[in-house]
Amino acid sequence: MNYDWNWLVFLQATIDGGSRYAWWMLSGFGLTVLIALAAWVLALALGVGLGVARTLPSVALRVPVVLYVEVFRNIPLLVQLFFWYYIAPVLLLPATLQEAVNAAHPVLVQTLTAILCLGLFTAARVCEQVRAGIEAQPRGRFNAAHALGLTRYQAYRHVILPMAFRVVLPPLTSEFLNVFKNTAAVLAIGLLELTARSRQVGEFTGHIFEAFIVATALYFIVAQVVGHAMRRLELRLALPGHTGGSDA
Amino acid sequence: MNYAFDWSVIPQALPFLAQGMALSLALLAVSLVGGLALGIVLALMRLSSNRWLAGIAGAYVSVFRSIPLVLAIFWFYLLVPMVISAVRGQATPIGPMYSAFAAFVAFEAAYFCEVIRAGIQSIPRGQTSAAQALGLTRMQAMRHVILPQALRVVTPLILSKAIIIFQDTSLVYVISVSDFLGAATKIGQRDSRLIELYLFAGTVYFLMCFAASRFVEHRTSKKVIA
Repeated sequence: MNYDWNWLVFLQATIDGGSRYAWWMLSGFGLTVLIALAAWVLALALGVGLGVARTLPSVALRVPVVLYVEVFRNIPLLVQLFFWYYIAPVLLLPATLQEAVNAAHPVLVQTLTAILCLGLFTAARVCEQVRAGIEAQPRGRFNAAHALGLTRYQAYRHVILPMAFRVVLPPLTSEFLNVFKNTAAVLAIGLLELTARSRQVGEFTGHIFEAFIVATALYFIVAQVVGHAMRRLELRLALPGHTGGSDA
Repeated sequence: MNYAFDWSVIPQALPFLAQGMALSLALLAVSLVGGLALGIVLALMRLSSNRWLAGIAGAYVSVFRSIPLVLAIFWFYLLVPMVISAVRGQATPIGPMYSAFAAFVAFEAAYFCEVIRAGIQSIPRGQTSAAQALGLTRMQAMRHVILPQALRVVTPLILSKAIIIFQDTSLVYVISVSDFLGAATKIGQRDSRLIELYLFAGTVYFLMCFAASRFVEHRTSKKVIA
């Protein structure tokens, strides 16, 4: 293979003259991080709420949560993305709001759609992890909290959830890394996140290998850094006498 | 909501959609068979006492587990035609399908490697010693004693992963392969009926994955009691 390697290609001015290719890659990385973090905040807030609701005795609360989890876990992410982008505005929004969406800047609409879609998708998974973490608590812990006079809210807030969070920290870390990787799917609705940017730079410069290698390296670095930081956090939060963390 | 549905596009589209579904299922089957085979090799490499083998397998796994599947698909879309042309010594145009198959096998193998490694490590060390005491070589012990048990331990994980892989096969959309979602997209765009086609595709995916997850749960809970 006689491929002409040129790592300086990122310093060249872009085809439209307005920027440099390195900046395109960086902006793609920034968009990936932005979407991942925003979707994660949504997923965590909704997922924890749903996960707690699933462990409560009320059937009226549990049934909708089970439905939510099954629907969002059993439909491919790309189909969900197309639903929120192409179908939901037509079927779910009133005509005036539809016009507002059409008038808004397309990148803004695409970004918000991506965040909503990834957030709702990931919330179903977070819900299941949180539920598993709560159900892993020995029954005696609930009973002990009640015996001490704590209400159910207080028992969750001060006893069950702090313990459950230590158990679910490792699986939640991998859920975060999943949402980070899943952001690549949003290129299907036209967003120029990291993967799309690397293809674009590759196509405009003819140096697709350099562009893909940089993208791969950026994903790799984020995964390593997040994984490392979360393991340190696990160790710091570990309680003496409890094996809460993972063996990784 | 004032959208006029026209569901009559679906029956006409069924033969093409069925072809797409066949391709999605083929991708799943190849990912499982190829991914497990390569995954077992990688797991044995990672557990080997040879530091080079263990290091190479470890690097492979951490790279593939940190990049998005979409990026892996693009990598193989780029590399597979190049490698085939280089091997055959002449430019060989091949469809994106082969790249998709290669990408799934390589990508899922990294996951299966970790699962199988955990499975092997869950088997008590005494079993290896016992097998060796009976005169089996290390290879024979792994092949006839450890691996069969390890694979049985991780079967529930592999089955639930299969459902996720089936959903992920839809990502070949990004290189315009006509899997089930790709077929639905093409018909939807041709007939300007994307809404009907995507709702139908979503329903089919849901029914298949929901049924499959029920089956896996049922099978797993039975195993625990037995």
